[in-house]
Amino acid sequence: MDLLQRFATGDLDAFESLFRQYQGAVYRWIVRIVRDPAAAEDLTVETLWRAYRAHARFRPDASFEAWLRRIATNAALDHLRSARRYVPLPADLPAGPQPDTAEQAESRKAIRSALDSLAPRLRIVVQLGLIEEESYREIAESLGISESAVKLRMFRAVRILRKKLQQWDVKP
Amino acid sequence: MNDREFKELGEKLRGAIPPLRQPELSRDLWPAMLQKMNEPRVRVPWFDWALAAIATAVLIFFPGAIPALLYHL
Repeated sequence: MDLLQRFATGDLDAFESLFRQYQGAVYRWIVRIVRDPAAAEDLTVETLWRAYRAHARFRPDASFEAWLRRIATNAALDHLRSARRYVPLPADLPAGPQPDTAEQAESRKAIRSALDSLAPRLRIVVQLGLIEEESYREIAESLGISESAVKLRMFRAVRILRKKLQQWDVKP
Repeated sequence: MNDREFKELGEKLRGAIPPLRQPELSRDLWPAMLQKMNEPRVRVPWFDWALAAIATAVLIFFPGAIPALLYHL
């Protein structure tokens, strides 16, 4: 019996092997959504814990990574929705290669605020699609929706962002 | 909105929030997983179950109470 089949029966040793194999990939996906390394570590554990509890629903012939990515995306979305509905981006995000002028710093702040103000289901699409430059197909698979639904969310999010940035006099 | 404007907004966003290309996990999370697995499950006290049963019975026997309940939720 191979590793995935053993996992599907609830074998803990198989789960440990899969955990060690996939924890890095799950973390990399989540940290790009929540942009907070400590929260991303907790959510990685939560994702794999949810996967283990749902082992009986996993079909060994399906892609384990795609299944995990979908669980991870849901866990990250739950995190963005929790507490105060929105989790603001950490203020100490790395800056670009050039030091900011006051105007650039203001513009960056406005852009982050605009992104923070988006509903999590729109924000996740902007972060993965426009910032991390993931394909619509990958985003759609991770969210469990169609590519056209992702495009629609992106269109709505961009329209809101542009409107907010125009209000704040930041040239979108 | 045309493609150029869309592209410009993407560049602006990436300028303000740089992409995390290959963020690496700094430690093994298996010990944290084991800790999570060994956490005691949250137990629901018996009186919570009793309360839920009473509420269900009230709703079944007095369906007229449903709108009032919904109003107060």
